[in-house]
Amino acid sequence: MSTPFYVSPQQAMADRAEYARKGIARGRSLVVLQFADGIVFVGENPSRALHKFSEIYDRIGFAAAGKYNEYENLRIGGVRYADLRGYTYDRDDVTARGLANVYAQTLGTIFSSAAEKPYEVELVVAEVGETPEGDQIYRLPHDGSIVDEHGSVAVGGNAETISTYLDQRHEDGMSLAEALKLAVQALSRDTNGSEREIPAERLEVAVLDRTRPQARKFKRIVGRQLGRLLEEGGASTAAEAEDPEDEE
Amino acid sequence: MEANTRSTGRLPAAFLTPGSSSFMDFLSDHQPEMLPGKRQLPPTQGVIEAPHGTTIVAVTFAGGVVLAGDRRATMGNVIAQRDIEKVFPADEYSAVGIAGTAGLAVEMVKLFQLELEHFEKVEGTTLSLEGKANRLSTMIRSNLGMAMQGLAVVPLFAGFDVDRDKGRIFSYDVTGGRSEEHGFAATGSGSLFARGAMKKLFHKDLTEEQATTLVVQALYDAADDDSATGGPDVARRIYPIVTVITEDGFRRLTDQESSEIAGAIIERRLEQPDGPRAALL
Repeated sequence: MSTPFYVSPQQAMADRAEYARKGIARGRSLVVLQFADGIVFVGENPSRALHKFSEIYDRIGFAAAGKYNEYENLRIGGVRYADLRGYTYDRDDVTARGLANVYAQTLGTIFSSAAEKPYEVELVVAEVGETPEGDQIYRLPHDGSIVDEHGSVAVGGNAETISTYLDQRHEDGMSLAEALKLAVQALSRDTNGSEREIPAERLEVAVLDRTRPQARKFKRIVGRQLGRLLEEGGASTAAEAEDPEDEE
Repeated sequence: MEANTRSTGRLPAAFLTPGSSSFMDFLSDHQPEMLPGKRQLPPTQGVIEAPHGTTIVAVTFAGGVVLAGDRRATMGNVIAQRDIEKVFPADEYSAVGIAGTAGLAVEMVKLFQLELEHFEKVEGTTLSLEGKANRLSTMIRSNLGMAMQGLAVVPLFAGFDVDRDKGRIFSYDVTGGRSEEHGFAATGSGSLFARGAMKKLFHKDLTEEQATTLVVQALYDAADDDSATGGPDVARRIYPIVTVITEDGFRRLTDQESSEIAGAIIERRLEQPDGPRAALL
């Protein structure tokens, strides 16, 4: 018969948070940025089939870092939630705020329930508005909190360094090529300050483009279009990354 | 009910259960009362009076398919609506036109569109055209109870098959029976007359422009002989809905475009009221 040791609630929560953070940090980072015509998602992802970004609804996109099976589950839950809501009421009644709330409640309940292991995921839910002022980006850490972000956000392993880099350089009204260039520069920074090159075929890029005539604004950018945009932005990463003033 | 009205606010287990990519499967698990086929009908005497949609026609041409419908809904001998829309995009490469009980049909289309979109979002890829056609079959079958009380829905499904690079048409019966039609097809009360017209006008090498004219001719003939089908309404500027699906996707002709087609046909019919003549031999 073993006697359970007393663990203070503070310690128990700290341990769970530590566990979740370590899991998330093992994954590659990804960034979400506002640009003039919408919101762009950029991440390093060697897989063509297992996406980090996806469409939830007409104007709502989803990005996740961490454990694949866990965020995939949440993603499908989100699609079901959005589709059911749109079917019950109207397509306009599906909002990123509502979805972010449901995700926060779900993650929060799982995080504080001793019977379940905390999810090792960090999510971003973004909604593109009619104008840049209407854009919304929510970051959802593993513990069920919600952070309302503006301009740019990074999640995943190296998020802190990347966020700082982005905060200093992101401007409103950037073109897609400029935003993409900045995102790639930010992603190629390692924790120790060194840089590495990320080839185009390892990038996963998607946009919520408010100028798209269709109701569904989410679109993946792949192949030639991605190559062209990277060229336009002159984003050959490392060489130019040192100089933020560099204009193309 | 809605996810966030639960006490904890977290997504209920059904939302996070992996497995199905079908929205209908999810609904029948989570909220079966939302599905049209799962509703209990009270016993009724006789036929329920509700607006009925009438004629839908479809024609394939080199490079795609055209799906069109008239604008009339009838309830018994009354015209219930003059400008009803009965042709809808199902997704980027397919469309569905509905004949039968309008209220149920519109709900069926809404669910069908969502079913295709849901699959696409969950799986990251679209269903094959056959898969979409089969899905619609299942939905019609689930309406069989209503159909037996006179509330039938009989759609026509048309789409561009990106794998085979051609337009295809599927027709249905009330029991969900599905058959692929080659060349042209029609459904609804005026379909007999429309089919007769198309039979004489159709040939394999139609261009897109000829195909759109052909469907409006067929609808004109249907309206000519069937009281439940509406012809082009020049006074109110209500014209048939004509949609074209090619490898570039779904496109609905603007009111201007369909009024021009209808205008040209009316012009010719002033001289020849029965429409174009086919060769006798």
